[in-house]
This record gives sequence, C-alpha cells and structure tokens, in this order.
Amino acid sequence: MARSKALLQGVLDKNADPLVARWVELQRKALKSGQLEASELESQSKKFVKALQSAVVSGDIESINTPAWAEVRDLLEEVTRARALQGFSPSETATFVFALKEPLFEYLRRECGKDADKLADEIMTASTLLDQIGLYTTEMYQKSREQIIQRQQEEMMELSTPVVQLWRGILALPLIGTLDSARTQIVMENLLQEIVKTEAEIAIIDITGVPTVDTLVAQHLLKTVEAARLMGADCLISGIRPQIAQTLVHLGVELNVVSKATMADALSLSFRRIGKVVIDRKTKKESGISESAAD
Amino acid sequence: MEQIPILKIGDCLLVSIQVDMHDRMALALQDDLTNKIVTSRARGVMIDISALEIVDSFIGRMLNNIAAMSRVLDAVTVVVGMRPAVAITLVELGLALTGVRTALNVDRGLALIRKIIDEQDGAGVLDEYREN
Amino acid sequence: MNIEKTETLNIRSGEDIVRVRQNVRTKALAIGLSLVDQTRIITAASEIARNTLDYGGGGTVQVDIVSVSVRKGLRLIFNDTGPGIPDIARALEDGYTSGGGMGLGLSGAKRLCSEFDIRSEVGKGTTVTLIRWK
Repeated sequence: MARSKALLQGVLDKNADPLVARWVELQRKALKSGQLEASELESQSKKFVKALQSAVVSGDIESINTPAWAEVRDLLEEVTRARALQGFSPSETATFVFALKEPLFEYLRRECGKDADKLADEIMTASTLLDQIGLYTTEMYQKSREQIIQRQQEEMMELSTPVVQLWRGILALPLIGTLDSARTQIVMENLLQEIVKTEAEIAIIDITGVPTVDTLVAQHLLKTVEAARLMGADCLISGIRPQIAQTLVHLGVELNVVSKATMADALSLSFRRIGKVVIDRKTKKESGISESAAD
Repeated sequence: MEQIPILKIGDCLLVSIQVDMHDRMALALQDDLTNKIVTSRARGVMIDISALEIVDSFIGRMLNNIAAMSRVLDAVTVVVGMRPAVAITLVELGLALTGVRTALNVDRGLALIRKIIDEQDGAGVLDEYREN
Repeated sequence: MNIEKTETLNIRSGEDIVRVRQNVRTKALAIGLSLVDQTRIITAASEIARNTLDYGGGGTVQVDIVSVSVRKGLRLIFNDTGPGIPDIARALEDGYTSGGGMGLGLSGAKRLCSEFDIRSEVGKGTTVTLIRWK
C-alpha cells in the first residue's frame, strides 16, 4: 500500500521548532542527568528533524535504505556511535528515536481533527517510518559495540606478548596464563618477528606460567619451532610442568623439540651453542647456570 | 625470459631471488644451479629468499630439489632470510623442507656453509693440507 | 554475506598464476588482513591456481571482497571445466597427487583458509572456494 506523505511533510514543515523542543524535553526525562550535554542533545535533535524533513520531501517513506535517506542514516550512525562509546544502554540509545513518537503523533492528531480514519492512517505511516529508523539505530548500536570489542581484543593481544633478549643472539618468551589458540598465534608471530629483528640464533619459550596446554596450543608451539627452524633459528622449550607433560603424552602430541626443565638450563645450553661459557669468579671454574644458581 | 643471476664468491654460489617467479623460471633456476655447481666445482650454495613474499609448494619443492641435487654433487645448500610469515605459512601448508639447511641472513649462511664444509673435510686440518 | 567488490581473472599460463597472486595480495592489503593472513591466502591461491591450470586445463578465478557485519574477508572462487575429481575425499588427503606434485595443493590450501569448499563433477569440471576472514 502506497502511503501518502503529504500530511507528515506538512507537520514537519510547520511545527519543526516546537516539535524539537518537546522531543528534547522528553529525551531529557528518559536519560539520567548529566549523561549528555543539553546543548548537544538539542543540536543533534535539530539536525535530525531537518534531515528527516528533507528526506520525507525527496524520498520514499517506506524504505529508509534509499539514497534520499543517506543524510538521516549518517546522522543516526554518528549519534549512535557516540552513545555506544559513552556507555549508553541500547534502550537509552534508542530513546533518541522513540521519544519522537509522542510529539509527532500529537501534531498529526491536531492536523487530522476529528477524522479518525485519516488519523489512524497517518499514525500508521509515521509509526512504520519511526520503527524502521529505530531498528536502524539498534543495528548501528550493535555494530559500534562490535567494533569496540574488536579493538579491545586487539589491544589485549598486543599487551600480552613480551619477548625479552637474554643475551646477544638469545631471546626468551616467558608465557604466562592460559593460552588460547588466537593468543598463542599472535605471541608466536611476535617471537618470529623479534628473531629477525635481533638476529637471534636461539629462542627459549618458557611455559612455566602456563597451567594447561591443549592439543591446539601444543600444535601452535610445534609450528613455531618448525617455522623458526625454516628461518634459521633454534627454539628451546623450558618449564614444562609434570601435568602438561602428562597431558601431551595422553593427547598423543609428541613435542619433537629440545626441552629443558628450567629456563636456566635452557639458557645454559644456549650459551654452549653460541660458544659462550659462564665462569665462577671464586674458583675460576666453568659452571653451568643451574649449579651457580644453587649456591 | 628473465633469468635469476647466480654469483660465484670463492667456492660458493649465491642466488638472491628478488622477483615473484613463475613456475618455468623456478625450473630454469634449478637447472642453471645444478650445471653451475658442476662447472664451478662449488662446495656451497646459498639461496637468499628474503625478498620473497610467499613460498608455495612449487617453490618449496624447488628448494628441496636443489638441496638434494647439490648434496649428490658434494655441495651444501643453505636457504637464508625466510620471512616469519612465509615460514609459518610453509609449516601450515605441510612443507617442512627437512632436507634444507637454513640461516637467518647471508652472513650467518656463509658461516654455516664454512662450518659444514670444514666438518666434512675434517676439522683442524690446515688449509694447505686439505685435498683439492 | 555482502559482496563489496568482484573481479574475474583468467588462469591460462604460469604467468597468470603470478598475476593471481599479485591480485590477491592487493585485495588482501585493501581489507587490512594481517601479514601472516595475507601470506596464507596468497599461498593458498597460488596452490589452487596451479591445480586449475595443471589438472583442470585452465579456468578462471573470481576474487571477491566480502563482508558480514563489520567483518571483512577475501573470497576466491576457482572454476575449471576440466576432467573433474572422481574421489574428493582422497584428493584432500596429505600426500595424494595425480600429477608430479607433492600432493599438498588441496589439503595444504584448506589449512590456510578460514573456509574451504570443493565441488567437482567428473567430465564437467571443478569449483574450489576459499575464504579468509579478517
């Protein structure tokens, strides 16, 4: 059914200012005080009514996905994104649109006078339109939240990847906490990048701080060791806890790499590989790192 | 057709792959290198792939073949400069290149070739007493 | 799934495989895939393009930038009208090859993608679809 937009257009043209005033008032009632500057709310509302006006004049009021509605959509996106960022709830965000219903219907009622059929028609038209706009707002809200979550995940990933240099040519990656597949992957990529940057021959992956390892994570570890070899560096794994060793054997994952009990043992082996020795100054004797640590 | 240049430095051959090779080019390189190992009596071959953005199974197979053929011809092949992303992808693809020796860069690659040749020829033997 | 951009390339020669790699690389950069993911999808594209040429007798690839909600991805659809694959399950096993390759093409490419699909009819041809999501 094609709906006439003449009356809606007329109402918006004639009563734009009082409509905005009443709308802003209703919105302020619905929001907690201090959530939004009054001036900002007013300018947003004014802009929106203006955009709505021109979209109704030039566009199809049955679908807001048409080009004539681009300005309205952009405005909604902007308002919604800002609110999502400020931590508004979905209903607080949708209030922006739904609070417009009451004043708009009121003016439509005044225009129609006693013609009940016409009023019902007009309210139906306006309501369908506002519902569409409201749904669009919700979609935009959802999208903004997804973007925020995505960004936070990325930030967290960056935080959790410290690669440290123990000696020239020796890197260490102390892993702490539960490893999921995504985190392991990023940590490993970082390690390989760092190997190139520091020209390290040996990288020690220490998993003392990792409570459990599942098959997928074990496979990532193995993949990293293999990838490092392809690049021309050796990986050692240290700090495998007894439970993890058991899990790995049960899972049938064979860690076909050099593994050492502690990072100290791994470092000691690394020194030997790059042709360095640690000398005890008192006895002038060469000593492994684990022995001297036990003094 | 473009050709990948092969440089001779001492008893080593150096190849630096700087272009995205199509398959025929890779096969031609494999042929050229094998010929050059024989004619120049090279003991080491270094292939620098630091410029390569991808190594697929075809290039991987070429690297494997070169390593195997050079072994037969008494030369050692070292592949240097593989990028991390390329290494990860190769492992996921299932190509471990187990027969290929690797090093981080050209410097390390040369040192590795020297070390392997010395081990093969008997470490500690003075150069002038070495056969050849 | 929305298709934001689409382009079709021919695969008729070894040089075309290089062109497919370069095209995929440009698009992977455009949607902001991570460096490793770029490398994965380019490598997978190279493997399947070679299959299309060697076993399918040549064909085409459609390179699409696709999106679902805020998530973007790269979709590649390889098409040939070659002899087809009689036993897809076997062709997907590591080490299986009908030609002179290492038998890593299909199974390897599958591991490098987020989504992988292969349809084949003997005597009619093969369609392989790869997607890498951001």
